[in-house]
Amino acid sequence: MNAPSAPRKIRIATATLGGCFGCHMSLLDIDERLLALVEIAEFDRSPLTDIKHCGPGVDIGLIEGALCNAENVHVLREFRANCKFLVAVGACAINGGLPAQRNRFDVGDILKKVYSDAPDGRSRVPNDPELPLLLDKVYPIHDVVRVDYFIPGCPPSGDALWKFLTDLIGGRTPRLDYPQFHFD
Amino acid sequence: MSEGGGSFTLDGQVIAFAPGQTILTAATAAGVYIPHLCAHPDFPPHGSCKLCAVTVNGRDGSACTIEAAPGQEVRSDTPELHEIRRVLLQMLFVEGNHFCPGCEKSGRCKLQALAYDLEMLSPHFVQFFPHREIDASHPEFFLDFNRCIMCELCVRASRDVDGKNIFALAGRGRESHIIVNSPSGRLGDTDFAATDKAAEVCPVGAILRKEVGFATPIGARLYDQAPISQVDLQVDLPGREK
Repeated sequence: MNAPSAPRKIRIATATLGGCFGCHMSLLDIDERLLALVEIAEFDRSPLTDIKHCGPGVDIGLIEGALCNAENVHVLREFRANCKFLVAVGACAINGGLPAQRNRFDVGDILKKVYSDAPDGRSRVPNDPELPLLLDKVYPIHDVVRVDYFIPGCPPSGDALWKFLTDLIGGRTPRLDYPQFHFD
Repeated sequence: MSEGGGSFTLDGQVIAFAPGQTILTAATAAGVYIPHLCAHPDFPPHGSCKLCAVTVNGRDGSACTIEAAPGQEVRSDTPELHEIRRVLLQMLFVEGNHFCPGCEKSGRCKLQALAYDLEMLSPHFVQFFPHREIDASHPEFFLDFNRCIMCELCVRASRDVDGKNIFALAGRGRESHIIVNSPSGRLGDTDFAATDKAAEVCPVGAILRKEVGFATPIGARLYDQAPISQVDLQVDLPGREK
């Protein structure tokens, strides 16, 4: 009845904003080390759990992807409010990455080009009120919230993510080895 | 002062120098790497990027322009100088559009390699996202001004070595940009050739040869396995193609 309770597991939350899920694929690329990870950690909101909102008391929040629309900003702010450490994972979160390649164009022109310039001339610009509005430009996440750590790469390798997580959970300053440190 | 050569100390290590050598060239010859970007062994120093900032007898300056002198106490490998260099790199990154995953120069780009070696984890500053053009008019080369850092190595090479004066720097301050010297302003209307020195000196992915992109697999590229501070001491010899 009064058995000693197991030590509290570390809570990790992950989300993809404007990204390709490549960084999440890299997280899966830690392969059998996932089993070691779930010994000491449990996942809060994440595509792996399908929990819809980031709850309070999360230790590590991993954010993949750039800020492309209003919903991305809401998700990011919810993570910042609930995560002890917020981590920008991958090129898009760090500098806008591929989505930011649209920044040289006007967002209205893009919508027109993609949805209106059909051969029949009919406008099909999506206007469902449930759709989040696009931002004028694509932004890296540190433009909107404070970010504690950055893991560069497109995507960072599974080894890089593992090195980062084991360093952080082990109480060391996270540091990537040279071959793991890349922007592509 | 340096007529007869002599020696100075770099982070406590004694470096011998020959007359006329700068701190950077003397250090490189002695096998000690000082980070640098706009300096090139085949050209007179430019002193614009300031990546090679060192502290000489207590004062900061560019190692590529300061002549070596006997008895100088030079510091280069310090956390403070590395922090200054990181900030300079971050400013270069946000000023252009450096999208490494889509760049054919990735893996052999000096700007990127220095960012790796100096562990630049984020651009930190607000991105400019400037509007810059691509010029693909030349049959063998294309220009992507998104990546230009205005080191003027192509300007110097085309003017001083090739004798063609194809490139020039125009504008001032934030409006500075490289222009092509032809009536149309297009590279295709110049006599730019693959054998030009200017075709090989670009440290970033602004001047690139067509039809050879991504030929070297990831993992086998110039800076994939070892940092620029080791690789360039082997590569940075006068006359070697990068």
